[in-house]
Amino acid sequence: MASVSPVRNAETENMNRQPDNARDAAPSLAKPPEAPAVASSSLRFKVSKLKVFYGSKEVLHGIDLEISSNVVTALIGPSGCGKSTFLRSLNRMNETVRHARLEGQILLDGDNVLNMDVVRLRRRVGMVFQRPNPFPKSIFDNVAYGLRINGCKEKMSDAVEHSLRRAALWEEVKDQLHKSAYALSGGQQQRLCIARALAVDPEVLLLDEPCSALDPVTTAKIEELLFQLKPTCTIVIVTHNMQQAARASDFTAFLLEGNLIEFQKTPKLFTTPSDPRTEAYITGRFG
Amino acid sequence: MGVSSNPAVGHEPYLAPRGKVGDFLARLRGGDEIAHLLTLIFAAGVILITSLLVYELWINSALSRHTFGWKFFVTSVWDPVFNHFGALPFLYGTVITTVVALIIAVPLGVGAAIFLAELAPPRASDMLAFVIDLLAAVPSVIYGVLGIFVVVPFVRTALGPFLESTFGFLPLFKGPSYGLGVLTASLVLTIMIIPFIISVSREVLMAVPVDQREAALALGATRWESTIRVVVPFASTGIAGSIFLAMARALGETMAVTMVIGNDPRISASLLAPGYSIAAVIANEFTEATGALYLQALIELGLVLFLVTFILNGLARLLIVATEQRGGGTPA
Repeated sequence: MASVSPVRNAETENMNRQPDNARDAAPSLAKPPEAPAVASSSLRFKVSKLKVFYGSKEVLHGIDLEISSNVVTALIGPSGCGKSTFLRSLNRMNETVRHARLEGQILLDGDNVLNMDVVRLRRRVGMVFQRPNPFPKSIFDNVAYGLRINGCKEKMSDAVEHSLRRAALWEEVKDQLHKSAYALSGGQQQRLCIARALAVDPEVLLLDEPCSALDPVTTAKIEELLFQLKPTCTIVIVTHNMQQAARASDFTAFLLEGNLIEFQKTPKLFTTPSDPRTEAYITGRFG
Repeated sequence: MGVSSNPAVGHEPYLAPRGKVGDFLARLRGGDEIAHLLTLIFAAGVILITSLLVYELWINSALSRHTFGWKFFVTSVWDPVFNHFGALPFLYGTVITTVVALIIAVPLGVGAAIFLAELAPPRASDMLAFVIDLLAAVPSVIYGVLGIFVVVPFVRTALGPFLESTFGFLPLFKGPSYGLGVLTASLVLTIMIIPFIISVSREVLMAVPVDQREAALALGATRWESTIRVVVPFASTGIAGSIFLAMARALGETMAVTMVIGNDPRISASLLAPGYSIAAVIANEFTEATGALYLQALIELGLVLFLVTFILNGLARLLIVATEQRGGGTPA
């Protein structure tokens, strides 16, 4: 292997960038954040004229947004701007809310989400919530839950280990897989929830303020994890923490009172925003 | 006066030394000690009453206990004329009616609770819950009347003959059905305890956090999968609690059971045959118990009922603890 020519080397590295082959993201880690991911990304979600109503109250007023695959897209905005509602529209979790209604179009790889079987959709689009919400079961059973309802019976322990490794939790829990998930710390619980979501191998992972209940060290771990997941997964994250959006995302959307104000590459949005309201928000003048 | 030391003097004006009595008086003024004392008295009252109850039952059944000893539990003769008393038929009647009632009521009640909590529209669920709470408050003599006029004819003319002709090869359903009997009592008990199970289970199911449901749904679970694999297991401790409540009521139910069980102190393998229960025999014979031994035997039956309730409850609690440890702990 020592006599491999430089050309071959470049080729293998290119292959590693392919989302389907690259299970662990080690080779792309050394690159600057947006360069490798954006290069191999394509359109995943195309949202057009999305309106969401709760009862008679319109909370999203027609949002157009395109989300690329294999990048991290952050949604920021003050409380109540509709960023969580937007996120929960992507896997139709809003339907669990009574009197919620949706207008417009959401295309996932060209298929309209609203016409899809909702169970199928949610198996393709996983979600992690604001508060860690493990089931009152063992660590193993938590991760295995999604596989079991999918009827998967073979190699359960391999799949569970793989998911826990992807969520960077394996080393910490490998000796206590049959302990209760409630025995873990908050940050570990949240990574367990990520592992649980990853176990069914979703194409998209939605995260709704996943770090708001966590300390800075754990938050950094989860941000690192998002970076590692990028080659295999499309990530959309809602955050009220602007530093987090700036650190962890490739694209950022700024929402205000149910409208999309600005959608840019993250460095551009945080350095030279084109809308004065964006500038006012990121400089801390409101919100 | 040491209590109200001048706050302006010294570095720690509010922690100035004031002695043990002073400390106590200060806390008394704050209400802490009073609240502590009062609640302690209330809590102690519960234990006191329970102990007193057991003590009275124990003392007043001394003659019967000395005469029959442990044989009281295993003999099935109940003869006030010759002063032979054995508790077995009543013990059997109480336990069998409760067990049969629970076997029927638990699936029905829990199923109905799942429907009301998870599937029914909230307004309909609330309305039905109100009616169910009303049912739980109906006096048992009303259920007894219902039993006599509806359940007894139903068992005599329809259910009894059907069971006998279909499952007659089992000793459980052998023999003619008179209407009054163990099965009828069990059915009336079922009707009485279902509201308890539904009402409490529904509350517990509705108290399961939304994020648990959402976690399951977001993994691609159907509504039924999320209910049966996440919501119900999460609520299982509370559901078990509702079943205990129902069991306690079934064990001690007196009036309705007396009216339909047939009041015959014999042990029969068949559910269609008449039987007797502990609570029923105490209620029926207490006023006629002339001899001292007769009266004390009845009181000892009361003691036995107390013990049965105590033991079954304890076993059920152990079961819960065991399943919790196996299932990976309870949610905080």
